Amino acid sequence: MALLNAGGKSDPNAILRTVPYCAWLGLAARAEGDALILDMPFDPKLIGNPILPALHGGVVGSLLETAAIVQTIWETGSAKLPKPVDITIDYLRSGKAVESHARAWLARQGRRVVSARAEMWQEDPAKPVASFRGHFLLG
Amino acid sequence: MSEPAEFWRQAMAQGMGKTAFLVALGGELLKFDKGIGRLRLPYSEKLVGNPETGVVHGGVITAMLDQACGMAIGSALDTPMGMATLDLRIDYMKPATPREDILIESECLKVTREIAFARARAYQTSIDEPIAIATGTFMLMRFAAAEAR
Repeated sequence: MALLNAGGKSDPNAILRTVPYCAWLGLAARAEGDALILDMPFDPKLIGNPILPALHGGVVGSLLETAAIVQTIWETGSAKLPKPVDITIDYLRSGKAVESHARAWLARQGRRVVSARAEMWQEDPAKPVASFRGHFLLG
Repeated sequence: MSEPAEFWRQAMAQGMGKTAFLVALGGELLKFDKGIGRLRLPYSEKLVGNPETGVVHGGVITAMLDQACGMAIGSALDTPMGMATLDLRIDYMKPATPREDILIESECLKVTREIAFARARAYQTSIDEPIAIATGTFMLMRFAAAEAR
C-alpha cells in the first residue's frame, strides 16, 4: 500500500486517516505558519482518572508520539512510518476533559535516526500539559 | 495485612480495572496484588499504528505500560490515593507481533509519602523477550487534596 508519497510532502491528514489508531482517537492535522499542529477532540473514552477528571497518561503519550511521527514524515519526506526507539514523557499538568493540541520539532535529523521533541497543551499554549522527547528510526 | 487494607485494595482494583481508556482499548486486569500488576490487551484492528504491517501503535503500548505502572503502585497502597503520572520513559525493544495478545507485567519499586516508582514490561510469548519496558514516576494524592493539582 502506498501510504505516503516518496519524496514530496505527504498530506498529514491522509496519514492520520489511514492509521486506524489515529483515526480512532480522532486526530487531525493543520498547518499554522510553518508549524504542523495536531488536534485531538475530547471523548469520554479518553479518561484515565474519573475523579479529577483527567485524560489517561497513555492518551497524552499517544498524541505526542503521533505528533513526532507526523512531523518526522513532514520534514524528512520519509516514505515509511518512523519507528519509535525510546520515548520520555514529562507530565506537567493533568489533561482536562477538553480538546488537546500538540506540535513537534526535530532536534536532530540523522540519516537513520531522528531525535524529536513535542509538546501538548489545551486551552492555553503557555501552559503545556506534557512535554515529550524520543528517538525514531527512519524507515 | 490488615482487613481494611485488603478491602481498599479490592476497591482500588475494581476502580482502576474500569478506567475508561483501559476499557476502550479492550484491556483487562489479570492481577492486582501488593505491588504487582498484570494486564492483557487482546489484538484489535483499531489499535493498529502501521496499516502495512498491522503492528499496534506505540501509543497503545505507552497507555498499557502507564496503566500497569499505576496499578502496581495502587496495589501496594494500604489506603486508596489518587495518582498522576509525573514521568514515563519507554524503550521499544521490538515491534509487537500482529494478531497476538499483549501482556504487561508491572512492579511497584518504592512508595514514599508523595511519590511512587514503578516499572513494567510488555511482552507476548515470553517475558524474557519484551516488546517494551517502562520506568514510571507517579505523584500520590490524598483524596482531599486531589483538587489542588
